[in-house]
Amino acid sequence: MENHEKHIREPFFHIAKRDTVVWWLAWLIRIASVAAALIVCAIVTVLLTGENPIQVYITMIDGAIGTERRIWGLLQNTAMLLCVSLAVTPAFKMKFWNIGAEGQVLVGGLATAACMILFGDKLPLIVLMPLIIAASIVAGAVWALIPAIFKAKWNTNETLFTLMMNYIAIQLVSFFTYQWSVPKGSGQIGVINQDTRAGWLPEIGDNDYLINILIVAALTFAMYVYLKYSKHGYEISVVGESENTARYIGINVKKVIIRTMLLSGAICGIAGLLLVSGTDHTITRDTAAGRGFTAIMVSWLAKFNPLVMIFTALLIVFLEKGAIEISTIFGLNAAFSEIITGIIIFFIIGSEFFINYTIKFRKSKGGAAQ
Amino acid sequence: MKNLKKIFALVLAMSMIFVLAACGGNGDDKDAEKMKVGFIFLHDENSTYDLNFINAAKAACEKMDVEYIPVVNIPESNECKEKALDLADRGCSLVFADSFGHEQHMAEAAKERPDVQFCHATGTTAHTSELKNLHNAFASIYEGRYLAGVAAGMKLNEMIEAGKFTAEEAKIGYVGAFTYAEVVSGYTSFFLGARSVCPTATMEVQFTGSWYDETAEKEAATTLISRGCKLISQHADSMGAPTACEDAGIPNVSYNGSTVKACPNTYIISSRINWQPYFEYIIGCVKDGKEIDKDWCGTIATESVLLTDLNDKAAAAGTAEKIEAVKADLQAGKIHVFDTSTFTVDVAKNPNAKVDDDGHLTSYMADVDTDKNYTPDTEVVKDGYFHESEYRSAPYFDIKIDGITLLNEKF
Repeated sequence: MENHEKHIREPFFHIAKRDTVVWWLAWLIRIASVAAALIVCAIVTVLLTGENPIQVYITMIDGAIGTERRIWGLLQNTAMLLCVSLAVTPAFKMKFWNIGAEGQVLVGGLATAACMILFGDKLPLIVLMPLIIAASIVAGAVWALIPAIFKAKWNTNETLFTLMMNYIAIQLVSFFTYQWSVPKGSGQIGVINQDTRAGWLPEIGDNDYLINILIVAALTFAMYVYLKYSKHGYEISVVGESENTARYIGINVKKVIIRTMLLSGAICGIAGLLLVSGTDHTITRDTAAGRGFTAIMVSWLAKFNPLVMIFTALLIVFLEKGAIEISTIFGLNAAFSEIITGIIIFFIIGSEFFINYTIKFRKSKGGAAQ
Repeated sequence: MKNLKKIFALVLAMSMIFVLAACGGNGDDKDAEKMKVGFIFLHDENSTYDLNFINAAKAACEKMDVEYIPVVNIPESNECKEKALDLADRGCSLVFADSFGHEQHMAEAAKERPDVQFCHATGTTAHTSELKNLHNAFASIYEGRYLAGVAAGMKLNEMIEAGKFTAEEAKIGYVGAFTYAEVVSGYTSFFLGARSVCPTATMEVQFTGSWYDETAEKEAATTLISRGCKLISQHADSMGAPTACEDAGIPNVSYNGSTVKACPNTYIISSRINWQPYFEYIIGCVKDGKEIDKDWCGTIATESVLLTDLNDKAAAAGTAEKIEAVKADLQAGKIHVFDTSTFTVDVAKNPNAKVDDDGHLTSYMADVDTDKNYTPDTEVVKDGYFHESEYRSAPYFDIKIDGITLLNEKF
């Protein structure tokens, strides 16, 4: 027997693309998702540890901004993450998947460390500082240029290529850590030029990090203007939307790819400079500390808008700092703080789904069949 | 629009809850009386190296009735300085860091907070530094290694007597991290301990170039076993070498704690530094307002050097008694680990050494006061033995002696 109604059965719910979302609704969804994330975290906290979740959140806030030193630390770390995020942004906007920021930052840092170690007591500061800056920028740019050329000339897969370049960079740093280790054989370089401070970025006033923060602030503004108002920025958007369109309107796609990756790598080089010369004054395999990957999230969450990236970077660093404090104060395993951070980031990324799509439930009566 | 209102209401309600919670939650957890001690660890309790410190720190804080504030996974970078200062801000009057690479960052922190004491394990520069609040510590672990070596030598003897191999084939394998004084001193004392009971013993050393690299350590141990080593020991922090030994059925002498659970058939004994006496000492000093030693060296007598968990299943018969006897002789000064009559040195490989006609060491200038160019500055051979950890707690014995072959070098 044939069932005539069967062919129009509607599922209980389905997902539909939203047309456009007004900005305030988008932000409401985002805020709601953060709130939902905090509730889930609270439940997880109580279930796993039995601690008072509200106390846990207070500790989190205290860990991020509880003292003047922590606020500076928060700003410094935000600036570093933001700097790498700025670097990956033009490449990602062009749909060039630069997974290699980690390596580009490391070689930039390595070039900085090399200049500090080799020329620290040989050259006057007025020569040394420009040399360090130039070396770090060139190193980062070259590291990005290699996969860019291969992509432009032979259309190689840039994701794999840039990823592999990371490992080469890490091994290079390992190699030179043996070479320059102090004391010889200890496998670590230690603070470079601790007595003379040669090659260290200067303190402004009494603050170690202010110069880093100011440099990154300037970079952020410059990148915003570059992407939004310059011809280059326009070309990047067009190549990202459609390479064929770009070709049709006479954009030299190869040139844009190479030029944009040079810029991306150069900013990574600056991030390496700020980390080695402005922050750590040494280099290890962990100097980039995963920022090359976190930066992708920061950039993406902000929809490649440099000004919004200030907030997304701040949010992620805030969560990290707060989560570490939780594990310290409550004596929890460090992995616990990562669980909390993971849940919150999961919800934030999830909110983008609800901004782009809407869930439509089946109408209860009559509406199912027409 | 209806949905919107719902969402809005929800958000509003949520924010109210958090505002209220934030107001009501001002903690009353301020223990005004208790002294606070901050600890900075390179990894967390999953690393045997850090676990050794963590256990000692907890025990010492409990015993001395002070508040224990640990921070884990702190890299050897500016992060260490920031954390040290943050702990000081938090009210710690004493901050300790456990990794060699933390030292200079601790020095930077010490400069900024002269009112707080900063202590650091395994470092080398505090005794020559101008900073009054920076302190180093280590222990005469070479004595523990020597005793562990005695246990290894007895095992070799037992296997020779059982006819498993000839006396000439008694070769020991050693997995080291870096070709660095701390490691060189460790394997040399271990070897001398083994050779004191098994005179035909030789040794091969393979370096991994990392303090913690499970794959590389396992590979190094496997290489040594395939080259004919009959017993393995290691100076690196992972389970790589012990598990390789268990798989191959080769006896293993461990470091930093017992590995008997994972290796019940091959684990013999472990030597380790017990940091609890040092922690109790520095906490006591700060409590009483006394100066902390710039460069403290624990010994067997202070119970800073321990041999733990002798495994009867793998060890040779009579090992425990023999170790006690040798230990007593060491403490009484009857024997010395680096007795120059027990080993010979090739001058060509060791430019800072002077030897007599038989190749025995008569003079050695060591780099005790660390400087950039590793200038040898102190005569350390006197009264017929090399004075290790006496002029500075961190080891400085870096001589290549005959009988030990280095398969590679890692700086």
